[in-house]
Amino acid sequence: MSRVIKVPTMAQYIADKKQPEVLLWVGCAGSFDDRAKKITKAFVKLLHNARVDFAVLGTEEGCTGDPAKRVGNEFLFQMQAMANIELMNAYDIKKVVTACPHCFNTLKNEYPQLGGNYEVVHHTQFLKSLLDDGRLKVEGGKFKGKRITYHDPCYLGRANNIYEAPRELLKKLEVALIEMKKNKRNGLCCGAGGSQMFKESEKGDKDINILRTEQALERKPAIITTGCPFCNTMMADGVKNEEKETLVKVMDIAEMIVNAQDL
Amino acid sequence: MQYIPNILFLLLLVGGVSYFTLNIRKLIRNINLGLDVNRTDQKNVRFKNMAKIALGQTKMVRRPIAGFLHIIVYIGFLIINVEVLEIIIDGLLGTHRVFAPLGKVYDVLIGSFEILALLVLIAIMAFWIRRNIIKIKRFLSAEMTGWPKSDGNNILYFEVVLMLLFLTMNAADYKLQLLEATHYVKAGAFPVSSWMIMPLIDSLSEGTLIIIERSAWWLHIAGILVFLNYLYFSKHLHILLAFPNTYFAKLTPNGQFTNSEAVTKEVKLMMDPDADPFAAPDPTSETEEVAKFGASDVMDLNWVQLMNAYTCTECGRCTSECPANLTGKKLSPRKIMMDTRDRLEEVGKNIDANKGEFKDDGKQLLGDYITTEELWACTTCNACVEACPVSIDPLSIINEMRRYLVMEQSAAPTELNNMMSNIENNGAPWPYNQMDRLNWVKE
Repeated sequence: MSRVIKVPTMAQYIADKKQPEVLLWVGCAGSFDDRAKKITKAFVKLLHNARVDFAVLGTEEGCTGDPAKRVGNEFLFQMQAMANIELMNAYDIKKVVTACPHCFNTLKNEYPQLGGNYEVVHHTQFLKSLLDDGRLKVEGGKFKGKRITYHDPCYLGRANNIYEAPRELLKKLEVALIEMKKNKRNGLCCGAGGSQMFKESEKGDKDINILRTEQALERKPAIITTGCPFCNTMMADGVKNEEKETLVKVMDIAEMIVNAQDL
Repeated sequence: MQYIPNILFLLLLVGGVSYFTLNIRKLIRNINLGLDVNRTDQKNVRFKNMAKIALGQTKMVRRPIAGFLHIIVYIGFLIINVEVLEIIIDGLLGTHRVFAPLGKVYDVLIGSFEILALLVLIAIMAFWIRRNIIKIKRFLSAEMTGWPKSDGNNILYFEVVLMLLFLTMNAADYKLQLLEATHYVKAGAFPVSSWMIMPLIDSLSEGTLIIIERSAWWLHIAGILVFLNYLYFSKHLHILLAFPNTYFAKLTPNGQFTNSEAVTKEVKLMMDPDADPFAAPDPTSETEEVAKFGASDVMDLNWVQLMNAYTCTECGRCTSECPANLTGKKLSPRKIMMDTRDRLEEVGKNIDANKGEFKDDGKQLLGDYITTEELWACTTCNACVEACPVSIDPLSIINEMRRYLVMEQSAAPTELNNMMSNIENNGAPWPYNQMDRLNWVKE
């Protein structure tokens, strides 16, 4: 996996007096979390494959402020937001794509009022558009006919009503998509949202990710797929907890597309 | 002497409607204790939402059994009100079945009211069984003991009594029509009461039948007025408030939280290199009250959130979808709404008792009603918002209260404080150096 991939930064682009087609917002998980970094790399591979002219902010990128906002720290959120907006506006960013539904929601819905107006898309939407434009080819390959269940990330689904783009991609992979009992707008949270990712949960009789994983495993999938690095971690932990990690993989849709064709 | 019933009726009607109006005015005053929020944009969309969600019950039927039963009771409620109109005119003018000259139309009307009344009775029985025998989990949560539990059943009993009175009145009336008693014009069709109630009263004398008919008639209208006045004290206000509540609901995506404008001002000032922190305040600007960040009491919430609290009918669909509640945590979105209403009522009573001014009672919504444990258990997943059949937004209240805890009291759990200081210091919720942000490319 140590093939060096080419990831240009906005600073380089501006130095060359060029403007990329889209800014890839990597996000904190995508930059630092070992599992999520693999998702970022998979998505970058697909961008290269489709010859998308993209750039990242690199070391200039900072947390969108989402985790702060969800716990009520409006000050910290707005400071992060304004710093990011100042930077992105200076770079004259028009379009942003991200593999994190939390970054996606914040950039898309909460930045405009503070002066940050961009076309923001989730990576599953972006991949879907590449597909529609014929820039990316997705074929069944490895996953053809396999039992796959898709977990809807709250901040993509209920928060922004995006249920179809990820499912369309799975359809292209020709998987046997098996829905959990609780899906789409009734999907159960993985337990990470609202900054629960960063704290112990309150006293109860079960962890949320365990409950969600049980719902997924009920359907006997070969793979649990999702479109959020946090959901990914929570579901993978859940599968490990059930000692099923050798049987059931948890993957991002971008990773599935890459793996399907050995890119 | 012959006008005594008319006068009694007028007094009953005026009394019933006045007390109701008095309480509704109190309710509006209480809702207006909330902060201002502008929800008058996109009127077309708002009307459409109201028509679809409140009038059309589209979110109710997402749960088919409860949704179907509810639609029966809802349609029964709407249509049987036409009958109330006739009762009021009869009562005031001393007429009997004033709409009878409508002939066939009248027969169809009364006939369909009877069928609806029967369907409502069946639906109510199903509701009662769901609440008390099948013991559906959402009706058994911790907050559903005591008054909320009996309130739920009271409503059902009320409706049974009203429907039975209506059918008894019709049965006695029909029998009197057949006996050709004076004043009892031949009108109406009685497809239900004729077999359900009539056999019970068939052998009674004309005099007794008149007493039964009159008593059922009076008790029916009195019952309706009592029910109307019960609304304010019960969870049942949704039959009125569902309409404004769906109209004024948030239209932005569920995931979009409000950006606090007071914070924006301060942050802009902080980030402006030309701002002089020691500058005297601009004397021309109006002296603003120092904004309080977030909410610790009902007055810190906006009026839509307060209306939400009065609209909640405690069905518990929110709580039954809440991931925290499903895994045994204390948080229940329904309780958030019930607490908000209880506290708002308490504040309202305080204002009534103190000649229109709120006197500090040493209590507040935060702590005395809603605990921090509940607030911190929320994953902000929007399941409660999505589940509510009348567009109530418990999440927005949770978020406002978290804002108060974090920005006014710095009272977040330690791990969250660590997360926030990481964001502040190195731009990520974890303690990684910002300069390492692109290292993944080389790994």
